[in-house]
Amino acid sequence: MAESLFRTGPLDGWAGRFAELPDSVTIMAEPFHAMVDVRLAPDGTGRPAPGLPGSVAAAVGTTPPEPGTWTDGEQAAAIWLGPDEWLVTSPFTPPAELEAAVRGPGGAAVDVSAQRTTIRLRGAHARDVLETGCAIDLHPRSFPAGAAAVTTLGQAGVVLLALDGAGTDYRILVRSSFAGYLAEWLIDAATEFRT
Amino acid sequence: MQLIDCPWCGPREEVEFHYGGEAGVAYPADPAALSDEEWARFVFHRANPKGPLAERWSHSAGCRRWFTAVRDTATHRFRR
Repeated sequence: MAESLFRTGPLDGWAGRFAELPDSVTIMAEPFHAMVDVRLAPDGTGRPAPGLPGSVAAAVGTTPPEPGTWTDGEQAAAIWLGPDEWLVTSPFTPPAELEAAVRGPGGAAVDVSAQRTTIRLRGAHARDVLETGCAIDLHPRSFPAGAAAVTTLGQAGVVLLALDGAGTDYRILVRSSFAGYLAEWLIDAATEFRT
Repeated sequence: MQLIDCPWCGPREEVEFHYGGEAGVAYPADPAALSDEEWARFVFHRANPKGPLAERWSHSAGCRRWFTAVRDTATHRFRR
């Protein structure tokens, strides 16, 4: 008898713990995002070399993000990871399709969907929680909407994305095996904001 | 904690970086022709100055790129 396999997330079953948090710090495990790591020869400025197909741009419907930023398209988002490396994510497109969409000559595209999971951190104290364990300057003047940073949060490697310019909405991409640890860490960091 | 300026990511904490030793140590053109002493000199001997030293650093927890920075070995301060 055939068995059906269902996709599970590393933070399945945490919704109850997250629900106990105050409105000023809300944590949500976002639904599955397909993620494709794109490597393109750089032109020395952190942008793809001229002449290469803008496969990243094609996926997100805009120009590839500059160093330290990410761009959100209709179907997919592109995150700058390094001078020749971008991460294209999409909650809508299946991994294989996304990989095929951004693959082009002169570069490599690899499906890394299983590598990271996505956590959404929102609320008036969202920035305060992150600043408990992240050394980069997260004030909106230096980490505005559209900023992206590959850094450490509570000693776990994360990709941090700013979704608004007020420091109240972040997306955290964390390695799946660290997701439980980071969720525990975030809940602990948010404890002081309970009323 | 000391902040190190990554040319791509800007100032980040020292723990995000990996140290790569002195910069500009050229690999021998013909390694097989080296005597043991010359090979040991290439592998182990470094300038070790008290003062500015050009070093290789890798932003291993960020953009994972190697870069060269000049650091004063006496004060740990990086040259701008």
